[in-house]
Amino acid sequence: MPADDRSAGFGEFVLAAHRRGKLVVQPRMGFSDPATMRRGLLATRHAGPTTVGTLTLDSFTRTGRHDDARACLAGGIELNGYPIVAHGAATTAAVLDGVAGGSFPVQVRHGCAQPEEIIDVLLRAGLDATEGGPVSYCLPYGRTPLRESVRSWQRCCDLLAAHRPAAAHPPAEVHRPAAARRPHLETFGGCLMGQLCPPSLLVAVSVLEALFFRHHGIDDISLSYAQQTHPVQDEEALHALRRLAGELLAGVSWHIVVYTYMGVFPRTPAGARLLGAQAARLAVRAGAARLIVKTAAEAYRIPSIEENVAALREAAAAAEDAVPAPGTPEAGAARDSQTYAEARALVDEVRQLHADPGRALLLAFERGVLDVPFCLHPDNRGRSRAYLDAAGWLRWSELGALPLRGIAEPGRASPLTSAELLDSLHHVQRTFDRAASDPTRAPAPIG
Amino acid sequence: MAITDVPRFPDTRSGMLVVVAAPASDAHTWNLLYLQLLLQELGHTVANLGSCVPPDLLVETCRRYRPDLVVIGTVNGHGSHDGMRLIRAIRQDPGLAEIAMVIGGKLGTVGATDAPDSHLTGTLLSAGFAAVFGATDADVDSLCLFVEALALQRTERACHAGR
Repeated sequence: MPADDRSAGFGEFVLAAHRRGKLVVQPRMGFSDPATMRRGLLATRHAGPTTVGTLTLDSFTRTGRHDDARACLAGGIELNGYPIVAHGAATTAAVLDGVAGGSFPVQVRHGCAQPEEIIDVLLRAGLDATEGGPVSYCLPYGRTPLRESVRSWQRCCDLLAAHRPAAAHPPAEVHRPAAARRPHLETFGGCLMGQLCPPSLLVAVSVLEALFFRHHGIDDISLSYAQQTHPVQDEEALHALRRLAGELLAGVSWHIVVYTYMGVFPRTPAGARLLGAQAARLAVRAGAARLIVKTAAEAYRIPSIEENVAALREAAAAAEDAVPAPGTPEAGAARDSQTYAEARALVDEVRQLHADPGRALLLAFERGVLDVPFCLHPDNRGRSRAYLDAAGWLRWSELGALPLRGIAEPGRASPLTSAELLDSLHHVQRTFDRAASDPTRAPAPIG
Repeated sequence: MAITDVPRFPDTRSGMLVVVAAPASDAHTWNLLYLQLLLQELGHTVANLGSCVPPDLLVETCRRYRPDLVVIGTVNGHGSHDGMRLIRAIRQDPGLAEIAMVIGGKLGTVGATDAPDSHLTGTLLSAGFAAVFGATDADVDSLCLFVEALALQRTERACHAGR
């Protein structure tokens, strides 16, 4: 095991950096070859800024097709991520040895609705930080029934929570540093379909997944929010997320993580850099502790180690130049806002459905109390709709059965056309590519 | 996956009934939403099966609802392989012979090309697809023309049958 493993776990490391005023930047890096993966982790660790490492898994592993992943490895075919199950715990521990540890925690990012095997291998490899959630890793991907995803995530929380000094390890193994740390789980609920979702629903699902994690024994959590279409609306959403976490997550050590835009990315490197810098400023202003960084290249191919490192440095530099919003973060978080009012109403209504957060989520989707716009999953009602208004804010156009009547006024009456859908999906790409080619049209730094 | 997974269908119908779906390995859905809106704008009723549709689910849906047209949309580069499994499953059932089926999107794995190569197109056509489309604006126009021609054909047939 890594020599410096005796210190902090993932969540503790991030919060310590946050107290020092440093935004932690993290890549979405994953390579199929163990040696390349190790080089990538080392490069991330020594990139300069305060970083944490990532093992992003490939799509075969995400969908449970480990034999297909093994066949590719045997045939020398490159995968789009690190196949942790196919490589197994021993190989993965060797990749991490001397790299991962208390001064450089590593998280596994996967995208799997039923990740029991993944969790099992990462724990045996000495890791204890990952991400996802019963809703956010189910509804946007494929057709795994939500009920099965909820059951799987309960088992995964149990696996992680049991990975504790007293519970899981006999005395002989107590020296193992991993056992002294708290396992960390991050909600993916702040992303969902990646685009065209009003921020209040992203905030609500992120909070509800955190409550689900806590109910199943996880007490070290991060809550995600993905950058959307307007920096002011995003800042409002992050303050709402912080406030709800503060109000509802007693007994949990938590922080906020921002994802750089997850929708259709700018085509030009300059446009991608502007968008990335805006995400970094957003994270600092709104009091987030960690930022998931994207590279300009990943829209087209797997980015190189060097491209990842460059993107981390650019994001950290943008964060250094940013200042937190006036007043304490707590003051910002305390503000009432439209996003907070909507998110609070959604969370409250779901919590009233059942004392068990997993059952409450199932009932909520069955009844349309939660309903993700543009999500075609069979367990999503599909009655809510959203649109991008003229100012670039995401708004509701149809509420379906969402408990937001009297809180949100659905705008616009005409149904969305196919041309408008395409136009909305490319709004961010268009805005930032134009800004990059014409600095007078640059999106104004917020504040 | 259970084949009881057949989706809710619209209660009211106008024009043709069109099923939209992605092949089993493809989890992308924005393209399917775009196709749904496009087909609705052409006056047709759309049942969107969503992503990752296995052959038995498509067959069961077609048996139950008898759509005029099935549109397979795929963008992950592996869609043609799974698309072949879908068309074979549909064409194996003589009761579904009347259903037209097309496929389109980013069908090849090589590079960022939006046009399927002629060999792949030939393979898909000979397996029973009525048309194969790429992912360009021109392909969208071609799809619209195909759909309008099919709708006209169905209307004429219905008129003859009604005499």
